[in-house]
Amino acid sequence: MRPIEIVTQLLELAAALAAAPLFVGWINQCRAWLQNRSAPSIWLPYRGIRKLFHKDAVIAVRASALFRLAPYIVFAAMVVAAGIIPSMGTRLPVTRIADAIALVGLLATARVFMSLAAMDVGTAFGTLGARREMMVGFLAEPALLMIIFVASLISATTALPAITEHLATQKLGLYPSLAFTAIAFTMVLLAENARIPIDNPATHLELTMIHEALLLEYSARHLALMEWAAALKLLNYACIGFALFIPWGVSTAAGGPLTLFASIPVLAVKLIAAGGVLALIETVSAKVRVFRAPEFLATAFLFAVLGLLVHLLLGA
Amino acid sequence: MSGVPLTLQLLNFCAALLLLLSFAMLSQRRIVNLVNLLAVQGSVLLLATLLIAARTGQQHLYLSAALTLGLKVILLPWLLHRLIRRLGVYWDAEPLLNIPGTMLVGVLIVVFAFGLAQPISQLASTATRNAIGIAVAVVLLSFLMMITRRKAMSQVVGFLSMENGLFFGAMSATYGMPMVVEFGVALDVLVAVLVLGIFFFQIREQFDSLDLHHLESLREEAGGRGRE
Repeated sequence: MRPIEIVTQLLELAAALAAAPLFVGWINQCRAWLQNRSAPSIWLPYRGIRKLFHKDAVIAVRASALFRLAPYIVFAAMVVAAGIIPSMGTRLPVTRIADAIALVGLLATARVFMSLAAMDVGTAFGTLGARREMMVGFLAEPALLMIIFVASLISATTALPAITEHLATQKLGLYPSLAFTAIAFTMVLLAENARIPIDNPATHLELTMIHEALLLEYSARHLALMEWAAALKLLNYACIGFALFIPWGVSTAAGGPLTLFASIPVLAVKLIAAGGVLALIETVSAKVRVFRAPEFLATAFLFAVLGLLVHLLLGA
Repeated sequence: MSGVPLTLQLLNFCAALLLLLSFAMLSQRRIVNLVNLLAVQGSVLLLATLLIAARTGQQHLYLSAALTLGLKVILLPWLLHRLIRRLGVYWDAEPLLNIPGTMLVGVLIVVFAFGLAQPISQLASTATRNAIGIAVAVVLLSFLMMITRRKAMSQVVGFLSMENGLFFGAMSATYGMPMVVEFGVALDVLVAVLVLGIFFFQIREQFDSLDLHHLESLREEAGGRGRE
């Protein structure tokens, strides 16, 4: 393991942990601007997390150890996932043990534990949220895998850094397959991160909620970890999107170690742009009924499969 | 993709877009949007024709592009929009197969079409031969749309979209049909839409609905109104 690999890895993890709440704050700010509301501070998610860490935790009487453990497992899964995704440099030591499919598995693990913990206490809301979360996950996961397969077919590997490296260094061209999968990926991102067409991140107590229903029984440090994990998940998804569809500016093996520092502002610019686009999508679209969610995700799956087929036929 | 000229890349993109539009049509419930999608499909076809014309330098393709613009992008959608307004049909009834189901069948059809077109594209010598599979897929998807829809209007849109697919297939396999054939087909399509427009009024007169399932039942007595 060369020193540059360790530096890249640590820098990426630190950046992901620090930037995740900021990214959420930025999206909330953009959304407020677009909806003619006065925007909350961009630091608000940090303050929320700090406040929660200082509070005393309240845990239901019937909660088992699983309920206490789940926030740590979910948070750890998200941190490891952040380590696999080449958001800044492609020289990552972790990728020798985990490729893109393992990444999807990690995200699924986090989801399973979150749903189990929500059902653990036995309240109606938690169970309802868990069932919906599993439904969304079961529909979104194949689409996500298909998206990764298209990129893997183009670059002949399933290791994310190698995919990014291949896509970043090849000649520019029109790729209808990648364009289709990019649309599919955006839809999966919205569904998986409880954004607006599937779930409303701004609601707290509604019958339609999914993500909030899972966290209803959590308080204090557990809730802080869960919210931080949710922010990390959103950031991870954004970074997967960058790695697959706009890989330029990432420090590759061909560039020197100094390109790693150049990749920090590039990542910041990408995140700012992505946050704006996400806020715009959420502002112009309306939340769909839960029963329409399968249709939404079937469309995402269809886009991904079409990308795959178009790639196989046209070689593009 | 490196080394492939830009026009060919754009052509591939057009082909992919045509496939996408076919699926968009399959998923569309509103007839007005369906007609708009048909116009967009015509525009993509126009773009593809122009690209092939620019690439191969065949003059008659420009004429064919003009025909596409006049007929498929402007005249037919306008006629259909007028029909929709006069008949007052804006929504199709729920299709025979629900929409996600139709989509999945559509994906299987695309796989089938690609397999079917593989030997044909190996025989063709044009640079665009890869797109033949997509053209076959567009034709079959339009068939699927005609099968699953209930309203006569959507079936006509399916019919026109099938013709677009055939046209694209001819173009990618042999750089376009002879001009006489193209004129003949264009005239046929135009006349078909006009005649079908008259049929719509007759069907509605007879059954108070454009749902073609009413046509499937045989009746002995003449002159009676709709059965339900």
